[in-house]
Amino acid sequence: MSKQLSISKAVREGLHEEMVRDANVVVMGEDMAEMGSVFGITQGFLDEFGPLRVIDTPISESGFSGMAVGMAMRGLRPVVEWMYDDFISCCLDPVMNQAAKLRYMTGGQLTLPIVFRAPMGAGRRNAGQHSQCLEALFTHIPGLKVVCPSTAADHKGLLKAAIRDNDPVIFLEHKLLYAKKEEVPEDDDYLIPLGKADVKRPGRDLTIITWSRQVYFALEAAEALAADGIDAEVLDLRSLVPLDWDAVRESVTKTHNVMIVEEGVKRGGVGAELAAEIMEDLFDELDSPVARVAGANVVSPFSPPLEDAVFPHPADIIAAAKKLLRGE
Amino acid sequence: MSDLSKYSKEFLLGLLETMYRIRMFEEKAAECFMKGMLAGNIHLCIGQEGSTAGAAAALEERDYITSTHRGHGHCIAKGAKSDLAIAELFGKKTGYCKGKGGSMHIVDVDLGILGANGIVGAGIPIAAGSGLASKIMGSDAVTMCFFGDSASNQGTFHESINMAAAWDLPVVFLCENNGYGVSVPIHKVTNTENLAVRAKAYDIPGVTVDGDDPLDVYEATKKAVARARSGKGPSLVETLVFRWQGHYCGDPANYRPKEYLEEAHRKDPIVLFSKRLVDEGAATADEVKDLEAAVKAEIEAAAAWADSCEYPDPAEALTDVYSTDNERCVVR
Repeated sequence: MSKQLSISKAVREGLHEEMVRDANVVVMGEDMAEMGSVFGITQGFLDEFGPLRVIDTPISESGFSGMAVGMAMRGLRPVVEWMYDDFISCCLDPVMNQAAKLRYMTGGQLTLPIVFRAPMGAGRRNAGQHSQCLEALFTHIPGLKVVCPSTAADHKGLLKAAIRDNDPVIFLEHKLLYAKKEEVPEDDDYLIPLGKADVKRPGRDLTIITWSRQVYFALEAAEALAADGIDAEVLDLRSLVPLDWDAVRESVTKTHNVMIVEEGVKRGGVGAELAAEIMEDLFDELDSPVARVAGANVVSPFSPPLEDAVFPHPADIIAAAKKLLRGE
Repeated sequence: MSDLSKYSKEFLLGLLETMYRIRMFEEKAAECFMKGMLAGNIHLCIGQEGSTAGAAAALEERDYITSTHRGHGHCIAKGAKSDLAIAELFGKKTGYCKGKGGSMHIVDVDLGILGANGIVGAGIPIAAGSGLASKIMGSDAVTMCFFGDSASNQGTFHESINMAAAWDLPVVFLCENNGYGVSVPIHKVTNTENLAVRAKAYDIPGVTVDGDDPLDVYEATKKAVARARSGKGPSLVETLVFRWQGHYCGDPANYRPKEYLEEAHRKDPIVLFSKRLVDEGAATADEVKDLEAAVKAEIEAAAAWADSCEYPDPAEALTDVYSTDNERCVVR
């Protein structure tokens, strides 16, 4: 059984099911209770679960993110929302030095099951402080798991798995996907394990490795490329840590050509890391250099034509694929 | 100064024992450090024992603490075992954190020690979160948040106390004001005479007490703990203490006037309290001496044991990052 849900509603449903299932799951963040979050994720939660489990915090990202660490130490499973992932700048210490490190630094004594959810990404004309894709920053911090889903079903299944996971998970939802409607399984135990990539489109000639919103752009590009005789496989990583290396290896071994597509800025991006890993582990499989299509190394601008010029669109992927495979 | 006759001999000697244990632990750690037996760095709380012992005595076993980079004393006062703690300072596999945290990261969740912390002010929101957990879970456990004067100038101080006050969380914010943030005197970077006055901004009780007197600290803290446990919310207790050593062990602390240390030594909380117990007939000189000797023997044995323990296997460096899927997450 499945039903049509927007991606924001799929996130809501996953969160709702886990709150029903486990009384230790608590949501907190700015505008989570009365308003039901700025993107409507927790609408109705306050009435159903009460103010002790649906918490409107003050605008104190460092304070409430740090509190989530203390709550987790005591056995709760906080799901924290940052209104935008850009706000990590205000609360990096509780995430990077506390949540991510304390299990290790205490020799495994502490278990910190926290989900930090945040909308991310460009395309809403929100300018440089509300448009970033910062997953690369999080993957650089040992101790964090990093999840970047694309489809509605993946959002639901991965969020449920993230909440049940015993480690801190950064769960990044692209805000341009929230309104997209897709089929979502109606199953309280619909879980997608972290670290399991998904071939969203099989192909023989080229592996496009991507995640989050760029999965849709890659699929659109792949259709256009197919009409032009290039059969691209779209591999949606879904989670960056843990990484499904077996899936990468399998696809690269089949196509022998790789392109990594990400919205975040190119320099120091996840694509850079993946390209290096592919070079180290799969060099002999490659028929061409690993290509990258990524955001420009600039601040996300406000004006629509400027913003559209700095992050990848399907046309960029198509052009890069033709260049890679045909030197066009 | 409070009346000794209100207290049982057991309680008073218990306070003194904790103070001795902290002092001797720190002195032993300093000795080992100066001999080159410990790697890294240690921050000692010698001189602050009266405050720490008095505050922790107001807690029950089921209560929680958070601590700081200068945290050995807080953990010991909450019951941390001196052998496991000193083994952690040695970086041995038998230490509290298997040698992965070191001096600034003693944790024992079963004892309610939610952790010392290497980032100044980072323990404050963790303590507030523990307080919120008590409220959510219907637990009457209180969380005592130890921090220093300089943490009061971190944003986490404001954010966390504001939320704890707004939501009546069962937390005692215990600021041990030793007058210095590394080298900078607190009065040079703070406009108020004391730090407890900040409680007014959050409409919670705030009090400043003499941290060299464990009973003054105990009585002030006990009120704060009772208030927290009864659901009335947090308090801010500031204890005025002296940090005998520099910021770290070996820091010559040339930035301090010599009067600071002279006054600190005059107000040695252990000398004053043990003398008072004897002078006022709460204990005999022999009992005090025996207690001191017993704690000394315990610390010597703990250090000798720690020294004899093995270092962790280098392969251990790659474990414990994640509770599930650790190997895969570490490889890539």
